[in-house]
Amino acid sequence: MSIFINEKTPVLVQGLTGRMGSFHAQEMIDYGTNVVAGVTPGKGGTTHLGRPVFNTVKDAVEATGAEASIIFVPPAYAADGIMEAAEGGIKYCVSITDGIPTHDMIRVKRYLFARAKPEDRMILTGPNCAGTISPGKAMLGIMPGHIYKQGNVGLIGRSGTLGYEAASQMKELGIGISTGVGIGGDPINGSSFVEILKHFEQDDETEAVLIIGEIGGPQEAEAAEYFQKHMTKPMAAYIAGLTAPPGRLMGHAGAIVNSSGESAAEKVEMLEDAGVMVSPTPSDMGATMAKLLKV
Amino acid sequence: MNIHEYQAKKILAQYGVAVPRGGVAHSATGAIYQANELGGDKWIVKAQVHSGARGKAGGVKLCESPKEISQFCDQFLGNNLVTNQTGPEGKMVSSIYVEEATDIIKELYFSIVLDRATQKVTLVVSTEGGMDIEQVAEEMPEKINKIRIDPSVGMQPFQARQLVFTLGLPNEAIGSASRAVMKCYRAFRDTDANLLEINPLVLTSGNKVLALDAKMSFDANALYRRPEIFEFHDKTQQDIREINAAEHDLNYIGLEGNIGCLINGAGLAMATMDMIQHAGGEPANFLDIGGGASAQRVATSIELVLSDENVEAILVNIFAGINRCDWVAQGIVDLLNKRDIDVPLVVRLSGTNVEKGQKILRDSGKKVITAETLSDAAHTVVAEWKKSTGK
Repeated sequence: MSIFINEKTPVLVQGLTGRMGSFHAQEMIDYGTNVVAGVTPGKGGTTHLGRPVFNTVKDAVEATGAEASIIFVPPAYAADGIMEAAEGGIKYCVSITDGIPTHDMIRVKRYLFARAKPEDRMILTGPNCAGTISPGKAMLGIMPGHIYKQGNVGLIGRSGTLGYEAASQMKELGIGISTGVGIGGDPINGSSFVEILKHFEQDDETEAVLIIGEIGGPQEAEAAEYFQKHMTKPMAAYIAGLTAPPGRLMGHAGAIVNSSGESAAEKVEMLEDAGVMVSPTPSDMGATMAKLLKV
Repeated sequence: MNIHEYQAKKILAQYGVAVPRGGVAHSATGAIYQANELGGDKWIVKAQVHSGARGKAGGVKLCESPKEISQFCDQFLGNNLVTNQTGPEGKMVSSIYVEEATDIIKELYFSIVLDRATQKVTLVVSTEGGMDIEQVAEEMPEKINKIRIDPSVGMQPFQARQLVFTLGLPNEAIGSASRAVMKCYRAFRDTDANLLEINPLVLTSGNKVLALDAKMSFDANALYRRPEIFEFHDKTQQDIREINAAEHDLNYIGLEGNIGCLINGAGLAMATMDMIQHAGGEPANFLDIGGGASAQRVATSIELVLSDENVEAILVNIFAGINRCDWVAQGIVDLLNKRDIDVPLVVRLSGTNVEKGQKILRDSGKKVITAETLSDAAHTVVAEWKKSTGK
């Protein structure tokens, strides 16, 4: 099994009729993703890309049994869209949107946490990510699907394009991916490395995990600790931003070194101390995984 | 987005937080006028730049005569103030804040931050006001107290009291201090701030609690709904290259090296900078051209990188997902048809439409050095840079 999505997962596209939504939904359909419906308020009852469009997530889930959702709505409305997905009964949600205000995301997290018990809680990945792909099965995102080879490595990354880089380096070496998950570059994200690692640890198809982190925030340190205490599968990592100056925001809203433990060098040290194999440069991510897998 | 101290105090005052009386000026005459308006015979004059540690850098002074104020203004206005947080260039002082002097009984630390570990708004206080809080956290962690706010109900008065009681204030000051904390929280919440730091928050001889300094920073993603905050934006505090980039909606950060780079995606951009350093060079900038970049946008980005005189070689590294390699290649060729580039230009394309992109570069007959992988690209650009500069 892959995690979160496979070829059968019925997928809903929130913002299906928009420019971004249309383009990427078509790519997802072409990849083989089971896209069953779209949601655009006010366009309920119409059809788009051969899929029925609904006014609300609740209507769409009731009519089609959609379990996963991908959100392509502008930043000002994205938090609302995520909460609507949870309320509508979606189990797994990917938010692509870049630029959601942080205070909105704090509210979203509180809402998801408060409305359901952990086992019933909607899993959110992103925002500000390239999405999730289970190669050969389904794609919930904006990535170029062909660079991912199907296989047994779980991939988790804060950066989209750096995830592409890792996937293509691994493919070059004949290493495939069970599921690739973008957790996004924002300071408050739906799921952290640890939350995704828990799923990979449970997944039969995943033999090892590669995490791609960067400067800023505590989530790589948490991953190091989780790996050491709870994981049986081997893990490799790469951390971007060794040359990033402190106190500067490096593109991603979350990529800023504000306090101790948040620089790339410190994160590399924590991961290595925990027994994670760290790739020395971004061009060695594939080779590091090959070494870890002894292939 | 950062703002100046005097602007942050203006916001706090609007929420009822007590701040010293003061006025902002842009000339020595203006500063003396503000001092006369305030009255008294002692004033604190402060150079306004987007940086902490201004005091240590000489940018804050107690003046006891208009002459001293005038001298201070002559020294700083129009010049760059270099602090241990600004980098060697420093930041331009275009305004001076003149405040009444305050008699201080006790200096405290107070801040509100977005805590990324708990994903909640967190209030932090310490009895060690005036010190760098990171240093306090390291040396005397027991002197720091925190409270986290439940986002569904917001901060409650009992939480403010809990915090304030850790500060060892006289009973007469507890009420006003608690109210000040609540008011600061409201200011933070209502403005989409991601940082509010008052260091020091002081107790005066009249048992008044006063924000002696104030630093606020705001979520750039929320400025669309905070036009009153965006009004405070001060371009003079930014690198000129970054201002140009922002006008084209590009994400650019100027650095000290010689190898200009242009990349799609923030993570890949950081990784490419690291790779350049690993290959023996130093990046001149961070530049994320973003997703869906048109040929025009690519050309503009290269021009921007070239506007930095230190740039002696350029690396374009694109892993196209939403982007298309043919658009990127076309942008490069269009620019080379318009102007010559006299530094080595190394291009690595990967992902969507890579063959089309490579063909456009090949067929152009222009001097573009191509590379296959990230590692090749970084090593090639560093080698070409060394070759052309003799470094």
